[in-house]
Amino acid sequence: MIVTLLAQLKVRDRASESSCVEDNGFCPSWIADNLDRYKQPLIEHIELTLIAVVIGFAIAFSLALLAHRRRWLIPPITQITGILYTLPSVAVFFLLLPLTGRGKVTALIALVSYSLLIIFRNIITGLDGVPAEARDAGRGMGLTDRQLLWRVELPLALPEIMAGLRIAVTTTVGLTALVFLAGAGGLGEAIFADTQFQSNVVVAGGLCVLLAVVLDLLVLGVQKALTPWTRAVR
Amino acid sequence: MTLTFAALGEFGDAISFIFTSRENQRGSPVGGSHNLPLIWEHLKLCGAAMALALVIALPLGLILGHTGKGSFLAISTSNVGRAVPSVALIALFIAFLPSSPEFLNVTLALALLAIPPILTNAYVGVQQTDRDAVDAARGMGLSGGQIIRQIELPLALPLIFGGIKTSTVNVIATATIAPLVGVVTLGDPLVAFSVYGREGQIGASIIVAVLAIVAEVGLSAVQRAVTPAGIKLERGPEDRARARFGLTKRRIQTAP
Repeated sequence: MIVTLLAQLKVRDRASESSCVEDNGFCPSWIADNLDRYKQPLIEHIELTLIAVVIGFAIAFSLALLAHRRRWLIPPITQITGILYTLPSVAVFFLLLPLTGRGKVTALIALVSYSLLIIFRNIITGLDGVPAEARDAGRGMGLTDRQLLWRVELPLALPEIMAGLRIAVTTTVGLTALVFLAGAGGLGEAIFADTQFQSNVVVAGGLCVLLAVVLDLLVLGVQKALTPWTRAVR
Repeated sequence: MTLTFAALGEFGDAISFIFTSRENQRGSPVGGSHNLPLIWEHLKLCGAAMALALVIALPLGLILGHTGKGSFLAISTSNVGRAVPSVALIALFIAFLPSSPEFLNVTLALALLAIPPILTNAYVGVQQTDRDAVDAARGMGLSGGQIIRQIELPLALPLIFGGIKTSTVNVIATATIAPLVGVVTLGDPLVAFSVYGREGQIGASIIVAVLAIVAEVGLSAVQRAVTPAGIKLERGPEDRARARFGLTKRRIQTAP
């Protein structure tokens, strides 16, 4: 039944290749010759992941700042983002079909809605973890609410916020491997173009994992750069 | 406005697909009661994967947490688990074990996906039990096994069920891509547009979403039921909302 969907995606022409490729094996020479095929899916994958995380962070950050001073907002926001987090992304792709059709917009909505809870709850936990003494000291120095937030609370909450961002980035890389079902490409499309062929699966899947690790380390690097005081303590 | 009405119409068709059977363009029956085998296959796959994951991850997490050994293993499995996409895992099993049955391959892949949250939560749950309670139990002469069963397990249950919940919802969601490798679950209408049509795609999505939410709500209820009364008393309303989604104040930090 799925043949119709994937028939046009075949990665290679079996007849003209070496015996290793014919056997669906793991063939370093084929991989070296065909790496170019994965460039476009990889770029799409990076693009979608980054856009989704940036939008997700912007929304979750605004929600968290809103709820930080108005505590009663925390339970309803947690519930709503919790439902969005629970809805399977694959189902969301198709539930959005009548509204946004197939393509990148649909994929992005699903990816963003999945990341909201992760980022939101980490920002809130981070802000809650700020020591009361630090707040009092800030107040004593005459900081306004806004100054207190940006100069004391957010910097101290940064490790927790970045931890949330790291979880969001790695899970989004994984979910982006599914957006081909919404017609938005990515490395998942490359994987399912030929699941029998070991070389293909290893390269496309490996790129996904590599991307997750690289982005994770990147966020960690940003965190270390932004919080020089934590290095001294450790 | 017209878009909204068109959308409503499509959702209407989708809901009718869920409840009434019809013939597709090729004349084979779909929808209604013909969804039941798909739902059954979906549940069977999820059940098998979760059972396998529980049998492996739960004892391992409890023992590691009890002995305090292997914290690196317990924490980093969940970091690594997040980085490996579900699709890649399923495809790896298909590509490297081409002769084993698809159902088994997908079950193994889904079980691997389900293990990290259960393992990590069981480990952390046991690790963070009140050391005074454990010392008191030891002073009363309880053996190591008794301490795990009578003290650490009950106190860690809320967190353990949080992990089981995360895994279950994740497995239900991921089982929808099983048809791509030949296991005909509820994902079949999603990927086989030509057989089920648009109303099939949307209808099956609704069923999958409902399954995931039912699992989430149901396991949350179990989680509340198994939470010892003492732990509930310590929490305020805000914490309860957090606990609903398996979030504790003591956060699991990702490895630096």
